[in-house]
Amino acid sequence: MSNPQHLQYSEDHEWLTAPEDGVSTIGITAHAANALGDIVYVQLPEVGDTVTAGETCGELESTKSVSDLFSPASGEVVEVNSDVVDDPAKVNAEPFDGAWLFKVKLSEEPAGLMSADEYTKLTNG
Amino acid sequence: MSSPRLTALDALHRALGATMTDFAGWDMPLRYGSEREEHLAVRTKAGLFDLSHMGEITVSGPQAGEMLDHALVGFVSALGVLRARYTMICREDGGILDDLIVYRLAESEFMVVANASNAQLVLDELTARAAGFDAVVRDDRDAYALIAVQGPEANGILGSLTDADLAGLKYYAILPATVAGKDVLLARTGYTGEDGFEIFSAPAVAEHLWQALTEAGTEAGLVPCGLSCRDTLRLEAGMPLYGHELNTDLTPFDAGLGRVVRFDKTTNDGDFVGRKALEAAAANAETNPPRVLVGLVSEGKRVPRAEYAVVSADGTPIGRITSGAPSPTLGKPIAIAYVDAAHAAPGTAVAVDVRGKHEPVEVVALPFYKRAR
Repeated sequence: MSNPQHLQYSEDHEWLTAPEDGVSTIGITAHAANALGDIVYVQLPEVGDTVTAGETCGELESTKSVSDLFSPASGEVVEVNSDVVDDPAKVNAEPFDGAWLFKVKLSEEPAGLMSADEYTKLTNG
Repeated sequence: MSSPRLTALDALHRALGATMTDFAGWDMPLRYGSEREEHLAVRTKAGLFDLSHMGEITVSGPQAGEMLDHALVGFVSALGVLRARYTMICREDGGILDDLIVYRLAESEFMVVANASNAQLVLDELTARAAGFDAVVRDDRDAYALIAVQGPEANGILGSLTDADLAGLKYYAILPATVAGKDVLLARTGYTGEDGFEIFSAPAVAEHLWQALTEAGTEAGLVPCGLSCRDTLRLEAGMPLYGHELNTDLTPFDAGLGRVVRFDKTTNDGDFVGRKALEAAAANAETNPPRVLVGLVSEGKRVPRAEYAVVSADGTPIGRITSGAPSPTLGKPIAIAYVDAAHAAPGTAVAVDVRGKHEPVEVVALPFYKRAR
């Protein structure tokens, strides 16, 4: 699965949309989903939580492992995707669209993110 | 660190797009696609595994049987030719060094199959324990590739590639056979809880066998399977894994597997390595049972994993998990744990400390899954 050009990417393998009215949508990349294996449990931050770029804000469990979910940006959580909590396998199936994880009202401009090409280079290297 | 060892099927795994993992010094396929789908294929159709990392050791000579009776806890010399047995090698203090399958290939020839992680240790121990016996211990790790075909369709798939009498090949038996034109040792053994076969061959013919099995099995739903689903399959079947349920701090009696210790051996005047300590462990298990190996089933979604603490209803630690995973067959998280005997009865409500939160689980009898026969 190729990395969509319109997204930005973090070193922790999250993606982030360009903000609309100050709100960005966040998910994990296909590379991350594939590395985890079948995802069986997703714990997301709650609406109203404050998240900080680079800090853990949730958990992803797969058959073999537990991984922290990091936020690629700072701000307030305004919406979470309950579909992926009910059906974690969705994260493996459609990581870049249907399985977005949460939306953040940005408190500052995200920094240190990569373009699709840069991220592709990182994960292929 | 030295680079990992590659099996004879390495190029095939890469061509199939496998996710590889380092396992006991070997680069092995973890999964090819979804481990859940691979697991379910083995339960309902068939799966193909590369198990070439397993450690084959051949013991031969006039006293090979007596030597293994001395070195292992089983009664190996009583095994019929072309039959196999699950057994263990213990230390003098009764601690488990490894669990093994021993195949009797001929009157005076046995093949011991050790876990990859313990193969060198088992080889060294057997070599040392052979002193004084007219028996030769040979490292055959490089002599064999090992492919397993497991699942309800395994018999039909293999049957299309061999004239061997599969109906006559019983569970825990082995047969020299020709499969897809190649000479192999064909065993009806496995580690999945399903019917199936393990095929020991020369590494040079392993690719040919894998391709032939793939072609013969695709229509029946056979898929390549990695070590990830092998672990969940054995977990559902309640089979122990060395390093998890078994280790040197535990005797076979601690692990609920005292039946593998054969005090009734008649060779070597009944003596064998660890006998004294194991007799004490057997007595202790009867009068003062230590922790008991049990199954746990969760109604929640979070997975109880190895090393997590098991706690009683009031939060007191009562045990430790040795293996845990989401069970594809049951659709819920399952685990194996050692718990205090007082909390080991099936139906007991306990909890698992999942990173600080107590998730309720119920004690169940092992195995979680048993195939219909």
